[in-house]
Amino acid sequence: MSESKSAAGQGLCSCHVCNLVSRLERPSLAGHCPRCGTRLHFRTPGSVSRCWALLIAAYILYIPSNLLVMMETGSLISYRKDTIMSGIVHLWKTGSEIIALIVFVASVVIPLLKLISLTVLLVSVQRRLKWHPRQRTRLYRMIELVGRWSMLDVYVVTLLATLVQLGSMAIVKAGPASIAFGAVVILTMFASKQFDPRLIWDPLQNEEFHD
Amino acid sequence: MADRPAQLIACHDCDLLQREIFLNPGCTATCKRCGAVLYRNATDSINRTLAYTVAASILFVIANLFPILSIEMGGDRAGITLYGAVLSLWDQGFQAVSVVVLLTTIVMPAIQLSSMAFLLVPLEFDQVPFRYTLYVRTLQYVQPWSMVEVFLLGVLVSLVKLTHNFKVIPGVALWSFAMLTLLIAAVASSFSARDVWARLDRITGRGVSR
Repeated sequence: MSESKSAAGQGLCSCHVCNLVSRLERPSLAGHCPRCGTRLHFRTPGSVSRCWALLIAAYILYIPSNLLVMMETGSLISYRKDTIMSGIVHLWKTGSEIIALIVFVASVVIPLLKLISLTVLLVSVQRRLKWHPRQRTRLYRMIELVGRWSMLDVYVVTLLATLVQLGSMAIVKAGPASIAFGAVVILTMFASKQFDPRLIWDPLQNEEFHD
Repeated sequence: MADRPAQLIACHDCDLLQREIFLNPGCTATCKRCGAVLYRNATDSINRTLAYTVAASILFVIANLFPILSIEMGGDRAGITLYGAVLSLWDQGFQAVSVVVLLTTIVMPAIQLSSMAFLLVPLEFDQVPFRYTLYVRTLQYVQPWSMVEVFLLGVLVSLVKLTHNFKVIPGVALWSFAMLTLLIAAVASSFSARDVWARLDRITGRGVSR
């Protein structure tokens, strides 16, 4: 196929800082961008294994983040401990449907979507599948874009815990799930940063780049 | 005509080698194979980005000095600032979470805005910025971790939750954060690293660029 030539297939490498395309002799030799001095790589080094490591850590922490208490709220009349999901249900029942929906998307849908999508992407890249490369690249771009919004619940807990501490009538406390959940968000963000989407396209040109 | 590497561009998402074309102002070039945005012709990029950066920096200071919300109870008013919230989370034993909040809402946006200023102010006067590669690289790493817009949504969700039980008064910082979110988005959309490199090449007289 003369139509689709990858830069790496031509021995050319694009600098990830300044986008200058320059010739890189061999991947084993350390090359530097002639314009900005950044180390050049055909593909992100150790992309797949590092992404797996971060992703597995995120899967493990995903369990406590959903089972443990996210927030404790207490007043003179009532006292409750909420996990992420029970907090959303409580919001829905007390009439804040829109807020419940926003929190549901940010803290349940997006983290799950990220974990599953990254797993699918990693498996497909490792097995060198040629299927729907354009859609898989689009999926990758989407998780990069929406991933940050999962931090929402962490900020809500932070603000509520502080504000209500000021008054003596009610107590709001952050729960241990906030640590686990924050870690899941950060780990999946690092994982998606590590993933190199160019690996999706390499099997299509029958190319393989290890570096 | 022989291929000159300077006219070539490789898609950062699929590594397809393509030739750069001229764009009309406001237009975007996308990869023909995977659809990724390759580059834009951002009008007057350096000027505009610098203006937005200055405005955002001013609002950033206001947003951090004044209370975001106040609650009123029995005639008493208690306000909370972002830094106060971080401190109180630390005191409750959630150091890890409080550091994350501090980094993503205060430190990273501050680094983002100051790197942008260090890079663009000298360029505006046709000077080569001191250690400019460092700033370009910093901007790239910091951007995903600066989450002012997510924090703003967090404030709004908390606001709704609190109005069930308390009388809540939005503070000056809330409006500042709203404006800051818009301005940081404006900085991101008007900034074009390609224009910065082109300007740098012109000043230093290197022939690598187009």
